[in-house]
Amino acid sequence: MPEPFTRLTSLPMPLIRDNVDTDQIIPSREMKSTGKTGLADGLFAGWRYTQIGGREADPAFVMNQPEYAQSQIILGGSNFGCGSSREHAVWALAEYGFRAILAPSFAPIFAGNCVRNGILPVVLDAETIAILAKADAPLTIDLTENSVRSEDDGLWHFEIDDEARAMLLEGLDAIDLSMKRLDDIQAWQQADRTQRPWIYLGERL
Amino acid sequence: MKQPASLFDRLWDGHEIARLGSGSALIAIDRIFLHERTGAAALRSLAEAGREVVDPNRVFAVADHIVDTRPGRTDQTLMPGGQAFISETRAAAKAAGIRFFDVNDPDQGIVHVISPELGIILPGCTLIAPDSHTCTQGAFGALAWGIGSSEAEHAMAAGTLRLKKPKSMRVSFSGSLAQGVTPKDMIIQLIALHGAAGGKGHAVEFAGDAVMALDMEGRMTLCNMATEFSAMSGFIAPDEKTFAYLKGRQYAPTSDLWDQALAQWQSLKSDDGAVFDSEIVLDANAIAPMVSWGTSPESSVRIEGRVPDNAGVRALEYMALDKGQALQGLKIDAAFIGSCTNSRLSDLRRASHMLKGKKIAPGIKAICVPGSSRVKRAAEAEGIDKIFVEAGFEWRESGCSMCFYAGGESFAANSRVISTTNRNFESRQGPNVKTHIASPETVVASAIHGAISDPRKFS
Repeated sequence: MPEPFTRLTSLPMPLIRDNVDTDQIIPSREMKSTGKTGLADGLFAGWRYTQIGGREADPAFVMNQPEYAQSQIILGGSNFGCGSSREHAVWALAEYGFRAILAPSFAPIFAGNCVRNGILPVVLDAETIAILAKADAPLTIDLTENSVRSEDDGLWHFEIDDEARAMLLEGLDAIDLSMKRLDDIQAWQQADRTQRPWIYLGERL
Repeated sequence: MKQPASLFDRLWDGHEIARLGSGSALIAIDRIFLHERTGAAALRSLAEAGREVVDPNRVFAVADHIVDTRPGRTDQTLMPGGQAFISETRAAAKAAGIRFFDVNDPDQGIVHVISPELGIILPGCTLIAPDSHTCTQGAFGALAWGIGSSEAEHAMAAGTLRLKKPKSMRVSFSGSLAQGVTPKDMIIQLIALHGAAGGKGHAVEFAGDAVMALDMEGRMTLCNMATEFSAMSGFIAPDEKTFAYLKGRQYAPTSDLWDQALAQWQSLKSDDGAVFDSEIVLDANAIAPMVSWGTSPESSVRIEGRVPDNAGVRALEYMALDKGQALQGLKIDAAFIGSCTNSRLSDLRRASHMLKGKKIAPGIKAICVPGSSRVKRAAEAEGIDKIFVEAGFEWRESGCSMCFYAGGESFAANSRVISTTNRNFESRQGPNVKTHIASPETVVASAIHGAISDPRKFS
């Protein structure tokens, strides 16, 4: 069950590159466990360490700069999280401590994975992201009012799908929500079995 | 009068169980396919939450992502700890009562190759897999898309997913493809023109004469990269080719049920006058073989083209290229034919026709990985394997292989690779490996010349 997300204040870490793909967020070779944990160390490994597979921090990469060590917000470029559907990318971000990503656009599977793991994907236009990066000041994201506020009192509003918002605010488990509709699901399937019996493989084999 | 409906409306409405009052809907999921990379985690997490797979007959699993593709393979892979992914997925699938296509199962292969081969994907169905290229299977007139592990758990437990209806887009390719131009070039051209986020928030129907002229394998190649366009999925209305392909496949309906299914499938198309949220039209005649120069599929040009003047510094630095540099003639170190994009029998046949009696350039590491064990056997029955091997290619067992190096095997650090895969991301095929994505034809022409080459000039 993810942590509820209501309000968060943090200095955002700028990683403004377009098409940051999930191979970069967590390279395949860093997905060493068959479970959902133990992934933070591999987060952005290809950019974060001086050598592939190594652990010597590359000081040039933004994540290794001391001022962003406690950052819980990423400022990203467009199409953030494209590529492989691996949820490990989001598990690694969450385990490391990131709770929100602000970007002009997100790859759809990645955005869905974020919501399911308590990370808020915020869509803001590229100009706004650039302003926030330049300000380099703490931001407060308030999901109760869909707002991003910077320390110098700049205020931006964002839109987010109602259900995603509700899930994040309350830390809801989507499976629980759907299981509450079990009667609807079963009634639909009952009708569908007569319309499309070939879908229900068990009955034929 | 009834409003004209699009194919997407039909697929969506046919699976909408309930509207959830927040713009989302509860959508019925007909098929779920897991793989060993994430299957164990999803099944284990589901069991730990005290939940069950509601209908295991409609859930499948396969070892394709990290399984070794070198001849004589076992559960061992070059990836440290990789064996555990295979053995744990095997055990979890068995415990859940799910059909698992194991390492040396005769039906093993890449999920998006074997699901059609076995008739698991069917027109009008919804199919999900924790793999972004699940959109490949939209080629059958189905709604198929990639998800994360949590959504796989959701669908296994509840037979549904909660989704917000995407917008609809139609991408029409008019006319016909020139000699040497393939469905791979069509989709790369689309992404190069409209961007890697061009299909964001949309379900994309591919239509037009050039699309309907494609065989089923070509249609799969086209739909495969809808995810690189940031679309939820890509799909094509089913037609007689679709039905002929599926008839007699293991999980396809038979006898009366086939007739009943066929009657329903024939209604799966967009009505004349159907309205789309956006439309794109491309002239297929004007498409040339494409090759990527950068680290996103959108960073691609016609093969006779040059690195554009507005190319990003980071991509140029990574790819060791300069603005204005020609792609043709660029020396390569390796060539790869395989992946869920281009590893089917027709891909290997076309490649082998070009390779027959020829040798690849000295010093090139070249690998061919059939998409499934069935494809491999069929190719061997035609002697295709011998043509590849005699030309200097390695001939492998089926799997995702070095499309990405999850199996622990990679191309040499810093090498330049021409590849039929779908992604040219940084280090995707090995440490600092520079990947140029292209069609099998372009890969073969380039492997023979040892440099990126135009397949149309091939003799």
